[in-house]
Amino acid sequence: MDAAIEVADLRKTYRGRRTGEVRAVDGVSFRVERGEFFGILGPNGAGKTTTLEIVEGLRKPDSGTVRLLGRSPWPHSPELTGRLGVQLQASAFFEFLTAREQIETFAELYGAGKARAAEMLEIVGLAEHANMRCEKLSGGQQQRLSIACALVGDPELVFLDEPTAALDPQARRNLWDLMRSINAEGRTVVLTTHYMEEAEALCDRVAIMDAGKIRAIDSPAGFVRGLDAPTRVTVAAGQLTGERVQELAAGEAVAASEAAVVFETRDPRKLLTALASDGALEGLSVRTANLEDVFLHVTGREWRG
Amino acid sequence: MSIETVEVTGGTAARTRTGPFLSLVKALGRGWLRDRSQVFFTLLLPLMFMVLLASVFGSTDDAASRLIVVGDAQVFADAEPGDFAISEQSDLETALDAMRDGDADAVVVVEGSGAGTVVRIYPSATSATAGSIAEEKITSYVNGQNLEILSLVAGEEPPLITEVEAADGGSLKPIQYLAPGILAWGIAISGVFGAAGTIVDWKRDKLLRRLRLTPASVRTFLGAKVSVMLAVALGQTAVFLAVAALGFGLELSAWTWFAAPLVLLGTLAFLAIGVVIGGIAQTSPAAAGLSNLVTMPMAFVSGAFYPLALSPEWVQWISYASPMRYLNEALQSVVVYGEPPSAVLPQIGFLAAFAAVVALFSWKTFKFDEL
Repeated sequence: MDAAIEVADLRKTYRGRRTGEVRAVDGVSFRVERGEFFGILGPNGAGKTTTLEIVEGLRKPDSGTVRLLGRSPWPHSPELTGRLGVQLQASAFFEFLTAREQIETFAELYGAGKARAAEMLEIVGLAEHANMRCEKLSGGQQQRLSIACALVGDPELVFLDEPTAALDPQARRNLWDLMRSINAEGRTVVLTTHYMEEAEALCDRVAIMDAGKIRAIDSPAGFVRGLDAPTRVTVAAGQLTGERVQELAAGEAVAASEAAVVFETRDPRKLLTALASDGALEGLSVRTANLEDVFLHVTGREWRG
Repeated sequence: MSIETVEVTGGTAARTRTGPFLSLVKALGRGWLRDRSQVFFTLLLPLMFMVLLASVFGSTDDAASRLIVVGDAQVFADAEPGDFAISEQSDLETALDAMRDGDADAVVVVEGSGAGTVVRIYPSATSATAGSIAEEKITSYVNGQNLEILSLVAGEEPPLITEVEAADGGSLKPIQYLAPGILAWGIAISGVFGAAGTIVDWKRDKLLRRLRLTPASVRTFLGAKVSVMLAVALGQTAVFLAVAALGFGLELSAWTWFAAPLVLLGTLAFLAIGVVIGGIAQTSPAAAGLSNLVTMPMAFVSGAFYPLALSPEWVQWISYASPMRYLNEALQSVVVYGEPPSAVLPQIGFLAAFAAVVALFSWKTFKFDEL
């Protein structure tokens, strides 16, 4: 079976009157297997959206090839677009329609019926807002409606472009659950995001993108392992003698202040067991390396998402 | 227009399908009807202009001229009952003051009586049109009186007589030449503003971009959008002509139905102009401003508000380049004068050529990446 997405050496340069030449996408290659939840992570302006638009077939690259489900997205073919579900960054709705009319129109475009439209409204939790005009829906509700429109054609491959941008934390968590369930149904999902924790929470594999290039691709756990960064274990000061601190550190880095003792360890399990038997768990916190550290490591720059 | 259908496997068996084209027409049509400002702009604004212009050009025509007579009002004893509304005043200054306040169209001073009477007219400067109409009526009344006196004196020798007959197969009330012009202008603004506004909206909400990624083709969508706009133009025409006929006494000819294809053709030309503007403008206010910049002067050089024949020569020359002029002329010919469609073939040809050239230009220069 073909891969869901195969992208080889995409390049796209914009020539602006004021900005000069901008290499928005600069030699991007990746492959997404069927059923995978694939994330493209990067700060604003990294080239995520342009990459996605080229892959979807909205823009033509200057060079490079794209295969979606084994076919080229260019020129437009109904056979292919019927198998794709797309949610763009801006919520693209017909003006002055209600949520129900909106999704029924999209259902018609994908050859699905009203029953499927109603079902999708139910799934994204908008059934009770079905008669509300789209422009009156909250930001999170609009994003869910937009995702429902993307899913109404029962797609195999779903593109979600920063669906949680500008949402409050509650609405973001709700969308996470929705996205997980989309993937759990066997659909391939490609998500762009500039939230570290989102990529970590959802994606099987993540491509880290910066300045038009993909810097690294791995699973979130694989990234962290590859960093080989120590785990930082913090406990409140005053529970351990200085001698005991040195003993537990076992030659690894440790810093003690008036308030807390911070261990940096490669073997957190052993350290935590010892702390537990000492009864020194007050103020305990454990912080492993995360994608933020990975980003710093991969790009050499602080995350400024 | 080809409408693609997509086979979906594994879906529910029984479903009611209307097809992508019709469902898009439905969605866009509904959106239009719910947009109150659009409805106002397309239907009510042209009607408001008709009311305004009809009262500016038409109100003083039939009404009696209001005269204040200083002196012997018996001079007007032989006048037709509806011609003058006469009040008397002994003092000229008081009479002139009253006229300045708008209480009269002319003040008339009658000096002496019988043979050698002098009728001195002070036409109103405040409402100049009504004043000059009053002046003309009084002069022609006095001439008529003189004619009678002279014929009595001259005996067998008959004097010259003028008679006024209405031309163009009947009296042309102001509404008859105003209505086609305002309708042409209404079609122009809804076409230009509609297309320009739509394109700026698409630049913002990326609806077209989203629809490019559905199995329905962009052509289906654009076809649906244009169909809705054409339907709006037909509805606008029907409402406008109905109100003009029932409310303002516009006499519709038997060829009035031919206004439909004319309006459709005109709409295509104005949509093309709107697409060019929408390509340039980046925001809604910019689109509205540019649309005004094009349609307002066009209305004045096309005889929409003011008869071209009365306009300066340079205006008439510019008007040859304006599609609104040809739509106006063609509508006037078939709706008002009842000429057959063959009489307006030149206008149809120009509108079609204009629409084709501007559409080609906008197609070539349009930056599709922005949508």
